[in-house]
Amino acid sequence: MKRIYVNEKWCLGCHLCEYYCAFANSGQDDMAKALKDVVIHPRIRIEEQDNISFAVNCRHCEEPLCVKGCISGALSVQDGLILIDPDKCVSCYTCVLSCPYGAIMPSEAGAIQKCELCTKNGRGQPACVEGCPNMAIVFEER
Amino acid sequence: MAINYIFPEYEVVRAEKRCISCRVCERQCANEVHHLNLAENRMEADESKCVNCHRCVSLCPTRALKIVRTDNTFKHNANWTGEIIADIFRQAATGGVLLSSMGNPQPLPVYWDRLLINASQVTNPSIDPLREPMETKTFLGKKPYALARDKSGRLLNNLEPQLELDVPVMFSAMSYGSISYNAHESLARAACALGVYYNTGEGGLHEDFYQYGAHTIVQVASGRFGVYKRYLDAGAAIEIKMGQGAKPGIGGHLPGTKIVGDISRTRMIPEGSDAISPAPHHDIYSIEDLRQLVYSLKEATEYKKPVIVKIAAVHNVAAIASGIARSGADIIAIDGFRGGTGAAPTRIRDNVGIPIELALASVDERLRREGIRNNVSVVIGGSVRNSADIVKALALGADAVYIGTSALIALGCHLCRTCHAGKCNWGIATQRAELVKRLNPDIGFERLVRLVSAWKHEIMEMMGGMGINSIEALKGNRLMLRGVGLNEKELEILGVKHAGE
Ligand code: SF4
Ligand code: SF4
Ligand code: SF4
Ligand code: SF4
Repeated sequence: MKRIYVNEKWCLGCHLCEYYCAFANSGQDDMAKALKDVVIHPRIRIEEQDNISFAVNCRHCEEPLCVKGCISGALSVQDGLILIDPDKCVSCYTCVLSCPYGAIMPSEAGAIQKCELCTKNGRGQPACVEGCPNMAIVFEER
Repeated sequence: MAINYIFPEYEVVRAEKRCISCRVCERQCANEVHHLNLAENRMEADESKCVNCHRCVSLCPTRALKIVRTDNTFKHNANWTGEIIADIFRQAATGGVLLSSMGNPQPLPVYWDRLLINASQVTNPSIDPLREPMETKTFLGKKPYALARDKSGRLLNNLEPQLELDVPVMFSAMSYGSISYNAHESLARAACALGVYYNTGEGGLHEDFYQYGAHTIVQVASGRFGVYKRYLDAGAAIEIKMGQGAKPGIGGHLPGTKIVGDISRTRMIPEGSDAISPAPHHDIYSIEDLRQLVYSLKEATEYKKPVIVKIAAVHNVAAIASGIARSGADIIAIDGFRGGTGAAPTRIRDNVGIPIELALASVDERLRREGIRNNVSVVIGGSVRNSADIVKALALGADAVYIGTSALIALGCHLCRTCHAGKCNWGIATQRAELVKRLNPDIGFERLVRLVSAWKHEIMEMMGGMGINSIEALKGNRLMLRGVGLNEKELEILGVKHAGE
């Protein structure tokens, strides 16, 4: 399965991926309108300290702890992709606590949110990868 | 100082409606122009520090930014222009020599733009490069004047060492130090992929890049930085740098603060010591002296590599080239007055040297007249901007061209001309690790390959249009050129007829 991989050597800490993610999942078609005066809640986050930075989003693990821990069956694996069904989520946040990467977070809309590789937001391709100026994140088979 | 005489040259215009306060511009500007006003969640700019490099403009995700020239004006004066006045203010404040980077930006004539290319109509067929063979390969080096045969009449190989180029384009000398590690890696890998050569410049060859040696030209300049046996052996050719188009007649000076880590190791000078390239080579005061260095280098590399002598285009360039063609050198590289630089005194960059088009035409003509044209190949550089410039250069008599500025532009350079400040926002002319990493060589090398491949297609289209199917048939073919808006003298030097003739 194609996954998003991080080349931290090339990450500039520009945070563009976060903004492209927030836009991709906003359901709007104009980035300025979607994000102006908005505090964003992207599904990808930059970790940074000193001159090192890298992007963290869902790894789509082979053995996902979040799915194992989910008490309501809201998280599932489909063709390697880990998906969230917000209608089933009871906001217990077990997954938030069990993800070793911190890649799941509470959603503003209730329930939780996580990266679903832009498969459900109409983008088709990961917007963060397309928007990264330095190929610090790539979407590929490994 | 209480009076600030210098008014900022640029204004940062932010479309407030589009700005989403993502702070990308703030994080990407090494000149610290942008900052977030937290209280109002609004971005603000200190435009006095802006050098107009467009890093922020290119990365702003909502296209909220543009940089415009200030319309703050001095009283209009065609003689005392704003720039001239500001330069005087600067020097009155600092007492220093003005420094600048990249090539001469002054509105002096660009002869490429006054030359037009021929095409076939009716009486001679044009060639379709997509359907018919078309050769863009060329060889640089001495060409034999006669065939040699052994006793039984079999042909002997009497060819001197040559450089084989798949396209007549090479990346010109830019040292590690003046440009970054990642820029060098991009150039080196692109040269390999394209079947051409890049040039180390005078800063030595980084240990990691010896692997690209077969596509590397190693330079020996007046400072002799990083020159030793293995370095000479590593390259496909050796270039003796006598001069540079951006600053003919003067040397170079990389301050000790930049001689750190890898740069110091590669240049083979102690950390913190100034890297001074003397204006002349102190062992070369004549063509005979030059000949000695040419042959020392050949001797050191067992006569296996062509030796290039690079000079700046100056007033008596034809006579100098004639001397070089007799010095044993295999290739002459001539750098015109628009050639780039990482730092040069502004007055020298803008006022010394001559246009490469005129220099090339007169050198080619002189070498032909003296019957020594085949002693050397001629490579020119100094603002070759596109494939049409290349076709014109070949028709004027060049064997190949060097591109430096165009290559850097392909890597992201926006010609802000502040390389000397060492804070290149595009990761090219800087050694600051956090800026250098902005140029990912995986991206950079591909952009270079695409640029030169695109030019190759265009060169083939133009050659096909003229009914010419090889670079060899285009070289020195001045009948394929016509001048427009040039006077008799210019046409005479260029050796071309006026359009309509
Ligand atoms: S967009 Fe790319 S370079 Fe910028 S922070 Fe994200 S991963 Fe790093
Ligand atoms: S793939 Fe899409 S949803 Fe996932 S982090 Fe990237 S932009 Fe966000
Ligand atoms: S990069 Fe553009 S959108 Fe982001 S803060 Fe700067 S001007 Fe605003
Ligand atoms: S110096 Fe470059 S990055 Fe900084 S504000 Fe000016 S154009 Fe933008």
